[in-house]
Amino acid sequence: MVWDVLSWLSILGGLFFILVGGIGVLRFPDVYTRLHAAGMTDTMGAGLVLVGLSIQSGLSFQSGEWLITVRLLMIWAFLLFTSPIATHALARAALHGKVEPIRVDVGGGDA
Amino acid sequence: MFAVATVGIGIGMTLAMIRALLGPTLYDRVLALNTLGTKTVLLIAVLGFLAGRPEFLDLALVYALINFIGTIAVLKYFEVGDLGKASEIGGGRS
Repeated sequence: MVWDVLSWLSILGGLFFILVGGIGVLRFPDVYTRLHAAGMTDTMGAGLVLVGLSIQSGLSFQSGEWLITVRLLMIWAFLLFTSPIATHALARAALHGKVEPIRVDVGGGDA
Repeated sequence: MFAVATVGIGIGMTLAMIRALLGPTLYDRVLALNTLGTKTVLLIAVLGFLAGRPEFLDLALVYALINFIGTIAVLKYFEVGDLGKASEIGGGRS
């Protein structure tokens, strides 16, 4: 029961991060700022959802459910490796493709 | 409750798809498609739990691999203009 509540809380937290990341991708003004929202979806959203699912599947050896958990953790580790690589490649390609970052004057006069 | 997770991920996918359709530059579209792929991996995993068929997790793993390789390939193609020459993307760019 406690594990059920923990897993649902984790999945709901992951959904929150996914929705916030989606809204950020939609509303941020620039490629480089949108990368930030997309990275939040990739790390926290996917991580929390996968951790919640692996709490659901459990670790019992008799019914072979530990294999499901191992697969979920493999997906999680793989996303953890590939998401920064894809983000870095995208930022470098955008910079190489002459996409100018937007500049905002923050307060003070002399910059 | 898995249905709630499915619907939430579907809403996130819709937002990413709107950005992919709107995106002013090419990189916006690639970014939105990369995010869409990550959410698709999560959707496949949750659907496997919803249907009681955890074999779907293998599909999710393969989809994550293909999504990453596709993103890198598209970015390299538009950065270098060629997929064949591996030496140009390393160091030594002017």
